[in-house]
Amino acid sequence: MLKADSRDPAAWPRLLLTLLALALLWPGIQLSELDLGVLFQADSQNEMGRFVSAFWPPAHDQAFLQLLLKATLQTLAIATAGMALALLLAVPASLIASRALSLSAASRGGVPGLLGRLLRWPVRGLLIFLRSVPEIVWALLFVRAVGLGPAAGVLAIAITYSGMLGKVYAEIFESTDQRPAHALLQAGSGRLAAFAYGTLPNVAAELLSYTVYRWECAIRASVVMGFVGAGGLGQQIDLSIRMFAGGEVASMLLTFLLLVLCADQLSRLLRWRLT
Amino acid sequence: MTLRLTQGSLRHANGVDALRTIDVQIGAGEQVAIIGPSGAGKSSLLNLLATALKPSSGDIEVLGERAWHLSARQRQRLRARIGLVHQAPPIPPRQRVITAVLAGKLGQWSLGKSLLNLLHPLDVAGARAALARLDLGDKLFAHCQQLSGGQLQRVGIARVLYQAPEILLADEPVSAMDPVLAGHTLSILSRHAREHNVTLVASLHAVDLALAHFPRIIGLRDGQILFDCRSDEVSRDKLDALYANEQLQSPAPAVAPLIVQIPRC
Repeated sequence: MLKADSRDPAAWPRLLLTLLALALLWPGIQLSELDLGVLFQADSQNEMGRFVSAFWPPAHDQAFLQLLLKATLQTLAIATAGMALALLLAVPASLIASRALSLSAASRGGVPGLLGRLLRWPVRGLLIFLRSVPEIVWALLFVRAVGLGPAAGVLAIAITYSGMLGKVYAEIFESTDQRPAHALLQAGSGRLAAFAYGTLPNVAAELLSYTVYRWECAIRASVVMGFVGAGGLGQQIDLSIRMFAGGEVASMLLTFLLLVLCADQLSRLLRWRLT
Repeated sequence: MTLRLTQGSLRHANGVDALRTIDVQIGAGEQVAIIGPSGAGKSSLLNLLATALKPSSGDIEVLGERAWHLSARQRQRLRARIGLVHQAPPIPPRQRVITAVLAGKLGQWSLGKSLLNLLHPLDVAGARAALARLDLGDKLFAHCQQLSGGQLQRVGIARVLYQAPEILLADEPVSAMDPVLAGHTLSILSRHAREHNVTLVASLHAVDLALAHFPRIIGLRDGQILFDCRSDEVSRDKLDALYANEQLQSPAPAVAPLIVQIPRC
């Protein structure tokens, strides 16, 4: 492989990168105190077994199902409203942060001008700030501001997810073929029109599938935030765990599975329509 | 002068000199072909003339305006009057043909009209007329990924015809077509240019097509102009000098003497 006549110039860098990745992984495992052996010790297995065995049968009495339905709808509403608010901020921010709409890049072989690069940095910084604080921290903050309930969850999701969506959208715009948009810019078109005609057709499927995936994540996140009092399924799970009602927890986890399954099918359907 | 490039040079980001101090002047309504070997700088020259790329040094004047001394907004308005046919049509594969053609007028439309046009095509008749001139009228609502390379190239030409620019630049516009279709398409382009008094500049691989359709020929080699003359003045010697290649030596024919031994018996 590394003999002179069949040498690939990329071979050494690849080998070094692999070694570097391994060298970084080992201290990571040490620092996170990962020890899989604990899982197989007798007393921890008993403990887990007791917890899981309480899950059967899942609770399915009329009153609980009604409660479950209401909590599920609330969770969906939190996730959807949070995503909608996040998109309001993420879409303009991603358009500003992305190099794909740079007018100067079109006539300089893809390298944007200095001014554009300087203007992009504050927006990138804002997106980094928005997503670097975990949603649960935002939720704790907003629970104090707007009180217990779903509104805190919506705001927390909106803020964190606008940061994530904005960053990934901007990168999706840049990762596709830039020539169609550049050709339109070079024919006198405005930036947004060039984006809509040159970039969007290429990235629409990916944007949609990422957005639906994030919506799925928002459902999960809204459950976690329920634990700190932001409403929805999470609050119910929290209550049920405290009351040692394993059957109820199991029903809610099954609901969860169903929601994720639906999101997955929705994403597949949309992608199929767009390709 | 419609197009005037003075002492224009272009150096790519990777340090390659694509064009070295070139002077070109092209008048209104002229039809010019640019020929030359691969890598001579034909595309770069067309991109400079289209104001798509900024020259590293030198000055370019288009339609009486110094393109790189304008503000970005004025330059976009100038660019809307210049049409460039790209060698590989820059059209997203999932776009419909009609949208790709109507995109030619984005430089003249407002943003609202452009976005509305995405929801529902606003000028079906215009797009159909542009496509019909290139015998693609039946592909109006097809998706671009369903077309062959030659058809896609004609969609790219239809877009520029629909744009109705005052200067029509074409970078290898017929490279993916068979010879008959290529000749036919070039004659459509030059007839359009004549009828609308449009300045036409095209780069071509096929010398015979260039000589047959264009009255003026510019020979480009190594980023410099080797000759710039009427097509009937292009001689065999000029073409040999243009395409001479020291690196590509034809393999020496094996001259092993043929020895036939006829067995005697």
